[in-house]
Amino acid sequence: MADIKKIATRESYGNALAECANDFPQLVVLDADLAGATKTGVFKKACPERFIDCGIAECNMTGIAAGLATCGKIPFISSFAMFAAGRNFEQVRNSIGYPHLNVKIGATHAGITVGEDGATHQCNEDIALMRTIPGMTVIVPSDDVEAKAAVRAALEYEGPVYLRFGRAAVPVFNDEATYKFEIGKGVKLRDGKDVTIIATGICVDSALQAAEKLAADGIEADVINIHTIKPIDQDIILESAKKTGKVVTVEEHSVIGGLGSAVCDVLAENYPVKVKKIGMNDMFGESGPAAALVAKYGLDGEGVYKSVKEIL
Amino acid sequence: MTNLELQKKANEVRKGIVTAVYSAKAGHPGGSLSAADMFTYLYFEEMNIDPANPKKDDRDRFVLSKGHTAPGLYSALANRGYFPVEDLKTLRHLGSYLQGHPCMQETPGVDMSSGSLGQGISAAVGMAMAGKMDKKDYRVYTLLGDGEIQEGQVWEASMFAGAHNLDNLVVIVDNNGLQIDGKVEDVCSVYPIEDKFKAFNFNVVTIDAHNFDEIRAAMENAKTTKGMPTAIVMKSVKGKGVSYMENNAGWHGKAPNDDEYKIAMDDLAKIDEQLKEA
Repeated sequence: MADIKKIATRESYGNALAECANDFPQLVVLDADLAGATKTGVFKKACPERFIDCGIAECNMTGIAAGLATCGKIPFISSFAMFAAGRNFEQVRNSIGYPHLNVKIGATHAGITVGEDGATHQCNEDIALMRTIPGMTVIVPSDDVEAKAAVRAALEYEGPVYLRFGRAAVPVFNDEATYKFEIGKGVKLRDGKDVTIIATGICVDSALQAAEKLAADGIEADVINIHTIKPIDQDIILESAKKTGKVVTVEEHSVIGGLGSAVCDVLAENYPVKVKKIGMNDMFGESGPAAALVAKYGLDGEGVYKSVKEIL
Repeated sequence: MTNLELQKKANEVRKGIVTAVYSAKAGHPGGSLSAADMFTYLYFEEMNIDPANPKKDDRDRFVLSKGHTAPGLYSALANRGYFPVEDLKTLRHLGSYLQGHPCMQETPGVDMSSGSLGQGISAAVGMAMAGKMDKKDYRVYTLLGDGEIQEGQVWEASMFAGAHNLDNLVVIVDNNGLQIDGKVEDVCSVYPIEDKFKAFNFNVVTIDAHNFDEIRAAMENAKTTKGMPTAIVMKSVKGKGVSYMENNAGWHGKAPNDDEYKIAMDDLAKIDEQLKEA
């Protein structure tokens, strides 16, 4: 296990933007004084004439992006998820969502893996906020390979997209050579008949670890990576739920309004089964090392394993 | 156009505003009427636009940041030929392409959806940035309410515009002095407006909003000013042209009833008569 490559998806984001610069001449990247942290600085270095630092004014950045989009640009706006989705919610809704402008929102430092900065900067509400906006696509990549593919897919897609990236380095488990990303299409990572584990973002790796431990106990888990929370892949969820009859969702986000809620929406309307949602239980985070927080709030492999055992 | 022709057009725009709001039984006549001369000047004299090709690439852009005065924008667009004047009567009706606040996907000639105060100016700044990046020479105009500039985002956008020397941007503030809760200086004073924009590296011009010579001069001043955006602070009369609406905050967001509509149209007909004799 020691030689597994670890990369933060924010790194993948910055690299992908730079890699896409030539293929998408309309791409313009905007940041709000966080280029070093969001990694849009990588794009800035490669393509300074198409990088705009808006200063610490996220709402204005969002409006500027809207204006740029009306003139044919494809703006990517970047900040921490707390500001990109939280502070900015109404600007995103009214200036981007309502006119369905071709603006991409690259939100980094999502969830509790922000770590030491603590609760003010740990956004566990962004998926919920963004998926309520009509026409907004919401993508949460799980690793470096998926994050880079998601950035390119977002650029190829016409319309607003919210992409959620993390601060902490996470294992790369997808194979770059064979991985195919399709917006709205879930990925089956493991086949099992006893229970379904649906995860998103950095929790996909936790789900895989939990499945490994469960297998040792003789429990076979279906593991599904839902990288696109909206539009969600109903078929892959229903097919698995019909097989296992039990679903566990895992996300680095509030259990209110995120992946778990989206999965419950699908199941409740089509094929109700028992669901356990793992995530932040209507609470704020706190300061601490990312790995310690992930463990404390039950989002690591061990935590997911225990939660799955409870539902069985 | 001569000033007299512009005055006649502006009076038609005012009739459209009053008729639209009357038909909708809701809407914002006061701030639409205070800016009617500016709407008229922009769409009939100033902007490089083509009603037959509303999305023409290198057109000048307009963002109605004070989006609640959509009746003013719609009436100017209709009178300019973007869509039939008769359709103004569908304002705010179910299924109408004339939404309560501007919607760029619904209405020909609307360059940006707006209405949530403070946001339109940022979009205008983005359009101006796009023009600079692409080395295009189109110009961008945005109209704000004087109450609207209480929104912090207005100053985020102004700071950015000034810092980036966006001389292709004109920010117009409709200083009619009234907002929903009363006088702007009583609610939360926005004054001095000019000094605030100057501090953000704007070229600032103060004019009478109902004087076409002054509007024309301000626009020329803006065009010849390089290296900084221009702010035009226009002193206006809220409800201008309709006797009982003038300088009355109560007509910010209220529609006239049958009797009031008749009086309003009579007032505007009298202005027509005066302009005929001029």
